[in-house]
Amino acid sequence: MALPVYATTGQKIWYYAFRVICAAIFFFLIFPIITIIPLSFNAEDFFTFTPGMLAFESDAYSFKHYDDFFNNEDWQLALSNSLKIAPMATFLSVSLGTLAAIGLSQSHVPFRGAIMAILISPMIVPLIISATGMFFFYSQPFGFSDLSIQGTYWAIVLAHAVLGTPFVIITVTATLVGFDKSLTRAAANMGADPVTTFFRVQMPLIVPGVISGGLFAFITSFDEVVVVLFLGSAQQKTLPWQMFTGLREQISPTILAVATILVTVSVLLLLTVELLRRRSERLRGMSPG
Amino acid sequence: MSTTAETLSSDAPSPEAQEAASETDARGRLLAADGTPLKLSLARALRRQKLRALALVAPLLFFVLVSFIFPIGGMLLRSVQNDIVPDTLPRTIAALEDWDPASDVLPGEPAFAALYTDLVVATERKTHTRLGSRLNYAAGGYSSMLRKSGRLVADFHLDWFEKKVSRDWDEPEVFTALFGEGEGPAAQALPKTAAAYAAWAEEMREQGEDPAKEEPWDLVYAALVEDLRAGGPALTGYSGPQAELIAETLAKIGEYDPPSYTDAFIKSDKDWGDPDNWAIIHQLSGRYTSSYFLAAADLERNTDGEIVDKPEEESIYIFLFERTLFLSLTITFSCLLLGYPIAWLLSNLPLRISNLLLILVLLPFWTSLLVRTSAWIVLLQQEGVINDLLVSVGILSDSGRLQMMFNQTGTIIAMTHILLPFMILPLYSVMKTIKPNYLRAAKSLGATDWTAFWRVYFPNTVPGIGAGAILVFILSIGYYITPELVGGTEGVFISNRIAYHISSSLNWGLAAALASLLLIVVLALYWVYDRIVGIDNVKLG
Repeated sequence: MALPVYATTGQKIWYYAFRVICAAIFFFLIFPIITIIPLSFNAEDFFTFTPGMLAFESDAYSFKHYDDFFNNEDWQLALSNSLKIAPMATFLSVSLGTLAAIGLSQSHVPFRGAIMAILISPMIVPLIISATGMFFFYSQPFGFSDLSIQGTYWAIVLAHAVLGTPFVIITVTATLVGFDKSLTRAAANMGADPVTTFFRVQMPLIVPGVISGGLFAFITSFDEVVVVLFLGSAQQKTLPWQMFTGLREQISPTILAVATILVTVSVLLLLTVELLRRRSERLRGMSPG
Repeated sequence: MSTTAETLSSDAPSPEAQEAASETDARGRLLAADGTPLKLSLARALRRQKLRALALVAPLLFFVLVSFIFPIGGMLLRSVQNDIVPDTLPRTIAALEDWDPASDVLPGEPAFAALYTDLVVATERKTHTRLGSRLNYAAGGYSSMLRKSGRLVADFHLDWFEKKVSRDWDEPEVFTALFGEGEGPAAQALPKTAAAYAAWAEEMREQGEDPAKEEPWDLVYAALVEDLRAGGPALTGYSGPQAELIAETLAKIGEYDPPSYTDAFIKSDKDWGDPDNWAIIHQLSGRYTSSYFLAAADLERNTDGEIVDKPEEESIYIFLFERTLFLSLTITFSCLLLGYPIAWLLSNLPLRISNLLLILVLLPFWTSLLVRTSAWIVLLQQEGVINDLLVSVGILSDSGRLQMMFNQTGTIIAMTHILLPFMILPLYSVMKTIKPNYLRAAKSLGATDWTAFWRVYFPNTVPGIGAGAILVFILSIGYYITPELVGGTEGVFISNRIAYHISSSLNWGLAAALASLLLIVVLALYWVYDRIVGIDNVKLG
């Protein structure tokens, strides 16, 4: 990658120009996310930098938007709903998804292609279509409006669980792809029954995949708004719902404080997933990481 | 397997030796350790393995089928279902069966009489407004026609009884006294009325009301008119409850001369006299209809039943689909343009540096969609960061602030940013596998930098481009949130229209038809993606 000594002037110009272009694209990727962080400490109710902020005056910055977030009932209800819905949905996706991924990675699975296509489809079908279908279905399951669970906690949890499962399947299958079958045979050879083999040999190897799949499922549910808009009632409003309606109706700078908190959460999630991925690759001896 | 067994058995010297080794049986088949033929034992093991695999997959498969595939199937069905019209107007539709909508003459009196009956029932069940909005999707005016006719049929016959005979006729007690005990003398004298009253009482009980406290619906009075006109010995000699009232009414029935249903309906709203309005009811009389799909494609049936283009000013869906495709293509292309250099840089830098830079790509990927959308709103709006910056630097005057939001520019910028990681990651994973030797070989053979790239490197990255482009395209074509927030009216997608029909206009059939069309496009692309990349090879992070 380094520029060779014999490079012509043209090559040198292109080499640096290319780096500048790349830097600009990285800037495009990161800049919007970085910008909102200082803005969330704005002492005024503006969405832009005040002259005081640019001069780094300390009284131009404040925590008032964070105060608002932690003391406003609407935001707190939304936060607690999000924290109630996402873990339950994640739990369902992870348990069902892991089992299915293990099943799918066996050597002989009839109709594997068709099953895989069905299981991955919630990730592919546009959310608006999924939400529309679920809205009709949950307000009148199997044609009985008495069974309606539309607008309840469980409707959202079930919907989010379905949307999260493809991610679990993909990540767990990925960890199972490089799985060395002779390990289970060796375990069986030494007298371990299938259950012991699973927990002592297979499980430690797929745990990183399960956890990162779980994080994907969590973020899918935590970040999801279309289904909540369609299936939820005001009682079930989540953080993204509150942000969405906030952005659409009365735009308030509290959103920036929430956004900053969420960015922090995503950084933590990202680091966890990265560490898990490297650990998994190291365990399976696939890359030095 | 069988050939091996045969070779083995031909080599085997004697049955005793076979028994001793317990490897083959008398028919020369290989045996497993437990004495069953090996082939059978293997087949059994394989079947067990398959069943175990299926048992592991089954819970999720069942869950996804019930809570995802089934709802989507139901939605597809809803786009062709048309229960409201046949459920609300069963008699009218039966009466219209022989009528030729192309003939341009009004249907006869029986059709209007059937409409009267249907509407009395519908008004009582409060389904006539729903029918009105359903018919309004096909052509305007039905809501008001049905509202006016609802008022007309409520006291079509009752009016005369009440005003010209006796106010007692609208008292529930009169009817309870007459028919309250089922088979009484009144039921014999007025058989049709008794039947109509029984039907109404049944309806009331279904709705959870007490028939003894409500004034009966107009159909009872219509039946009463018929009974009274028919006369008969049981009626003239009637001496049961309310005999006085019956006798008085019977004496006056000769004076009663109601207008024909046809005249009455046309008088209540002259639109009932237009055969075109009847043609639409006739068209929509089936349980299944193509009308939603036609509407979704900016088509409609004219009164002769031919499919024609909708008038220009009502055609929006083809235009919206085109715009959705155009914007998605633009977004895909800008993602490719921005993603390609980044993926190339990442795959050619030392692992340590590229892993660090990859975090810059993954951070937006992991950041909430709404956070990124609100960030772009903060940046792009007229009082936003970018405009402020440009004004303070002096490139723009304060009055000449750029309009970058609530239009297509806003949608394209924000969505390119949101979907860029989905382009970079597949490109990166493909580029990582391309050996730098190829480029060196090309150059040592005399290729210029450009030729080496274009003829050697680029063709190798095509699978990555395909994977990334289809992924970004699939994701963007169904996007809802970002266009809704930054797109204004110019930058919205077909999804926004679907959401509008679900939550605001409540035209669910049309929403389902639009969603079905979108789904077909997405599934076709999904199929292509599966061909090119394989769903198994989707990588995350």
